[in-house]
Amino acid sequence: MIDRLLSGDLPRGRVLSFLVLAVVLALALAPILFPGQRNLDVAARICVFIVLVASYDLLLGYTGIVSFAHTMFFGIGAYGVAIASVRLGTGWDALAIGLIAALSLSAALALAIGLFSLRVRAIFFAMVTLAVASAFQILASQLSWLTGGEDGLTFRIPAVLTPGFRLSEEPILGVMITGRTLLYWGVFLVSASLFLVMLRMVNAPFGRVLQAIRENDFRAEALGYRTVVYRTSASVLSALIATLAGAMMALWLRYNGPATTLSFSIMVDILLMVVIGGMGSLYGAILGATLFILAQNYLQDLMKQAAAATQGVPLLPELLHPDRWLLWLGVLFVLSVYFFPSGIVGRLRGVER
Amino acid sequence: MAELLSLAGVHTHIGRYHILEGVDLIAPEGELTMLLGRNGAGKTTTLKTIIGLHRASAGAVRFQSRDLIPLRTPEIARLGIAYVPEDMGIFAGLTVRENLVLAAREREIDDRRLKWLFGLFPPLEKFWQLRAGFLSGGQKQMLAIGRAVIEPRRLILIDEPTKGLAPAIVGALIEAFRELKRAGSTILLVEQNFHVARSVGDGVFVMDTGRITHAGRMAELAEDAGLQRRLLGLSLDAHQ
Repeated sequence: MIDRLLSGDLPRGRVLSFLVLAVVLALALAPILFPGQRNLDVAARICVFIVLVASYDLLLGYTGIVSFAHTMFFGIGAYGVAIASVRLGTGWDALAIGLIAALSLSAALALAIGLFSLRVRAIFFAMVTLAVASAFQILASQLSWLTGGEDGLTFRIPAVLTPGFRLSEEPILGVMITGRTLLYWGVFLVSASLFLVMLRMVNAPFGRVLQAIRENDFRAEALGYRTVVYRTSASVLSALIATLAGAMMALWLRYNGPATTLSFSIMVDILLMVVIGGMGSLYGAILGATLFILAQNYLQDLMKQAAAATQGVPLLPELLHPDRWLLWLGVLFVLSVYFFPSGIVGRLRGVER
Repeated sequence: MAELLSLAGVHTHIGRYHILEGVDLIAPEGELTMLLGRNGAGKTTTLKTIIGLHRASAGAVRFQSRDLIPLRTPEIARLGIAYVPEDMGIFAGLTVRENLVLAAREREIDDRRLKWLFGLFPPLEKFWQLRAGFLSGGQKQMLAIGRAVIEPRRLILIDEPTKGLAPAIVGALIEAFRELKRAGSTILLVEQNFHVARSVGDGVFVMDTGRITHAGRMAELAEDAGLQRRLLGLSLDAHQ
C-alpha cells in the first residue's frame, strides 16, 4: 500500500525514513502538536515550500535544467488568486477562475520559454529565464492598477477558511478547529497530493527519460527520445506545480505582493533548499524546506536564548545577538554544503548503502 | 545480400575541420560489416554521421533507400538504428533494468527477448537492480550492447566495443556478436582489435584520413598479411 502510494520510491535508509516520517507527521498534526498562530504559519510555509522546492528539483535535479524563473510561476499563481479575489469578489468561483487563469498563463509562458530556449546551451537558458523573471517582477510592480504595485493586494477568502469560522463550539483534542485550521489542513493535503503526483512522475518512464537527459542528452537522443519535447514538458509541469504552490501561499496569507512571491531572494532560498536537501531526490525537498524555514523562523529565538545563557562570557553574547542571525544562517549553509555535498538525502543514503 | 545502409560520397565537417572526405560504404542486410582503420581515420565520425550526431555536409546516407541526412537523431533511431558509442553511453545513475527499459522506449520489454539477452550476457540478470555506474567495464559494455538489442533493430552501429577489456570479456563479446548474426541482425562494427574483426566480420571497409581505402570480404583480408600491413600498419597488429 505505502509502496504503491510512494510509487515504489521509498526514502531508503532507516535514518532518512525516520526523518521524513517525522516531518510528515509533525506537519499533519501541526495544529494539535504546535498550537499558536506563528507555529501554524511556519508549518503552512513548510508545506508550500516543499511543493515549490520539489517542483524545482524536477527541473534542476531530475532534468539538469537551471532556471531562474521558478518564482515567476510561483508569483503568477499567487497573483491569479489575489487579483481574481479582489476583482470578482469573495467566493470559490473567483478562486477557481483566478487559479485557472494563472495555470493557463504559466503553461503558456513555460511552453514559450522552453520551445524558444531549451535548444540552446544551459547557461543561455538560465540567462533567458533570469531576464524573463526580472521583467515579470518589474511588470508586477509597475501595473499597480492590477497588482497593487509594491504594496501588493490584500483580499478576502471564503468565510469557511477564515479564523472567525468555528467547526464546533467545543475544542477537539484540545484544539479549537477554526477556518484557519481547516485551511491549513487543506494546504497540507494539497501539498501532500502534489508531492505524491511528482513522485509518480519521476518514477514513471517519463521521469527515467528526464534522468537520462540529465546524464547525457546525446545518448538519450540516440535512443530515440526527442529531448526538447521532454525538457519542455518537464518545464511546463514544474511551472504548473509552482503556480499551484503560489496560489496556496496567497490563500494562506490572504495577501500577495512582489516581495512575497516574486523576489529573487526567494529564488535563492529555493536553490539553497534543493542543495541542502539533496538534488535528484524529492525527499530532499521535504528535509531541505523544513530545515531552511525552521532556521529562518526560529534561529533568532534560539540565539536570543543562547545570548542570555552566555552573559558574562567575553565576545559570545555579542556573536549570538539575535541581530546576527543571518550570519549564523550563512555559517549553517556553508557547513551543511561542506558536510553534505550531495545533500542530506544523498549523504544519508550513502552512509547506509 | 540487399544493402540496408549505404553511404555515397559523404563529407562531414566538425567545426572548421574536414573529417570525412567522401566516404562510400555499404552494409548488406544480415551481415556484420567491419569498419577498420588507424586512430583518427574517421571511423567514429562515420558512425556519428549515420546516427545524425554529426550532420553530413555533402553526399548521401541511405537506410532502406531513405535519406537520413535531413533527419534528426531521435527520428533516425526510431527507424530501427541502434548506436553503441565508444564510451558505451550507459546512464550511470540508473539501474540496469532502467537502462534497458529506456532503450525499449514506449514498449514493454518482451520476456522472451529478455531471457535471450540474459543468455547472451548473464551479468545483466545478476545485476538487474544495480546502478549501472557500479558495473565493471566489461559489464557496462554488455549493458550497452544489450540496450541496443533489447528490441529487434534493423541496424546496430557499434564503436570499439572491446577497447580496454580483458581477453575473457572480449571472448564473450565475440560469442555475443556471433549470436546476434545468427539472429539476423545487421551490424556495422568499428574495431581496432584485428582478432575480433577476423572472428566475426563478413565484409570489411578500411578507412584512412577520412576516406575508404579498401572494401572487400573480411576472410580475404585475414588471409593476406601483406594487405593487412599495407592497409592497417602496426596499429592493429599491436592489438592482436
